[in-house]
Amino acid sequence: MIEVKNLTKCYGDLKAVDDISFCVGSGEVLGFLGPNGAGKSTTMNIITGYISSTSGTVTVDGSEILEEPKKTKQKIGYLPEIPPLYPDMTVRKYLEFMFELKKVRLPKKEHVDEVMRLVGISDKGGRIIKNLSKGYRQRVGFAQALLGNPPVLILDEPTVGLDPNQIIEFRKLIRSLGKKHTVIFSSHVLSEVSATCDRVIVIADGKIVADGKTDELSKSFSGRQKLSLTVADGSSDVIAELKKIPGVTKVEKIRDFSGGSAKYGISYSNDADIRRDVFSAMVRLDAPILEMTSGNETLEDMFLKLTQNTVRGGKDK
Amino acid sequence: MSAILKRELGAYFNSATAYVVMAVFFFFSGLFFNFYCISNNSSSLSYVFGNMFYIVLFLIPIITMKTFAEEKKQKSDQALLTAPTSLTEIVLGKFLGAFVLFAICCCIFLVYAVVISFFASPEWSVILCTFLGMLLLGGSLIAVNVFISVMTESMVIAAVIGMGAGLVISMTNYLISLISVEWITNILNKINFLNYYENFTYGILSIVDVVFFLSVTALFLFFTVRVLEKRRWS
Repeated sequence: MIEVKNLTKCYGDLKAVDDISFCVGSGEVLGFLGPNGAGKSTTMNIITGYISSTSGTVTVDGSEILEEPKKTKQKIGYLPEIPPLYPDMTVRKYLEFMFELKKVRLPKKEHVDEVMRLVGISDKGGRIIKNLSKGYRQRVGFAQALLGNPPVLILDEPTVGLDPNQIIEFRKLIRSLGKKHTVIFSSHVLSEVSATCDRVIVIADGKIVADGKTDELSKSFSGRQKLSLTVADGSSDVIAELKKIPGVTKVEKIRDFSGGSAKYGISYSNDADIRRDVFSAMVRLDAPILEMTSGNETLEDMFLKLTQNTVRGGKDK
Repeated sequence: MSAILKRELGAYFNSATAYVVMAVFFFFSGLFFNFYCISNNSSSLSYVFGNMFYIVLFLIPIITMKTFAEEKKQKSDQALLTAPTSLTEIVLGKFLGAFVLFAICCCIFLVYAVVISFFASPEWSVILCTFLGMLLLGGSLIAVNVFISVMTESMVIAAVIGMGAGLVISMTNYLISLISVEWITNILNKINFLNYYENFTYGILSIVDVVFFLSVTALFLFFTVRVLEKRRWS
């Protein structure tokens, strides 16, 4: 559906986007992840035709934005980082204006009503936009992107500034839209991406550092499985006993608690599941397990690893 | 284009802008009408139109200052530029919005002509010719000021620069008298708005004057489109 090829954007000497290529299939929800200033917004602005690339091409559903701008833009609904609203218009007037601007060929009143219902602003039609709260402005911006049912939706940090309830609602909405539309949305909040997207592209310093299915990514980057264990009787035998379990590569005491209990961190190879063995080992030692959590490296760890590496790499240059 | 035109007009008439501009325009035109026509027992509107030249120079920046400067500031230009609409349509929509407001202001002259017709027979051909000149002058000044607005992000700066440009235009005759280098005065004479406009107020409809104003309008609207285009590429 969307094909980005060797996209580069320079602002003077600064390379905001550096040779990015990726494809998004139809009906896919793609998360665009990266720290602030990584080039997420720039990439989205190029895809939507707001700015042009220094080199590289963007193809949406077979048409290229520079060759056929009108046809291509018709297929894209875009919610920029700051919703492009006119503060002195009422919500309904604004949406009707955007409806006409986008040259949508659907029954006007019904369509605007439907979109307003979808984002939950049906009762706000007569309100002047400047009097709305940030969350509602964001929704109006979202409604504007949905007008005309474009097959591609591009949302730049759509959940910034919303309260937790609204964020959950928004994620649900994006998920449900993903069934009919191709969605790219950016965020620097990881839990959001893992909760909403099928696929994640991590971008740092203008380059793609990872691209894959959400769950695969966290697996492939974790390398080792981890288990953290708190036992009631933290004697030195515990470490020795744990090391005997096949598959365990490393055991370390993380901290002692008052009353003799202690917390250990265990690393073990990917294919083994050692939780039963740990349990029986602790039974043999008569050291009751108070807590045991298995900690795969999370998306969070992966993200930190990926982005910090590039940042450091960038500084070395 | 019609969507943008409608929105622009809505923005003018839903805020104080349209009413303030109209009030100022009507006030000064009424003042001149009272002074030149009613007090002087004259049926000629030429002096009224002639003096309105200076008022128009300073009013138009107020009308146009918002057009692009405000869009850029509140980032609503992202909606316009990512919509399936060409830059020319966007610029024309904005231009026509301002022009329609200006044209509504100008309709007051027709009212004055009707008032005169109660007492004397006005020279309709002269009045219509001047009316056309006023519209052409307004159109070209709007285009210039739209161009100024697209260059900046602040409406105050847009208005101040627009008025500065208006001041220079109104002083062209004075500047010409100061400069003794012949080729510069020649150039200034050729771009002297007042020269071209005055012909209309005398009732002279010449193709040169019409073409001058139309080409200034087209040129600056073209520049505006180019600035928008360039911004995309920088």
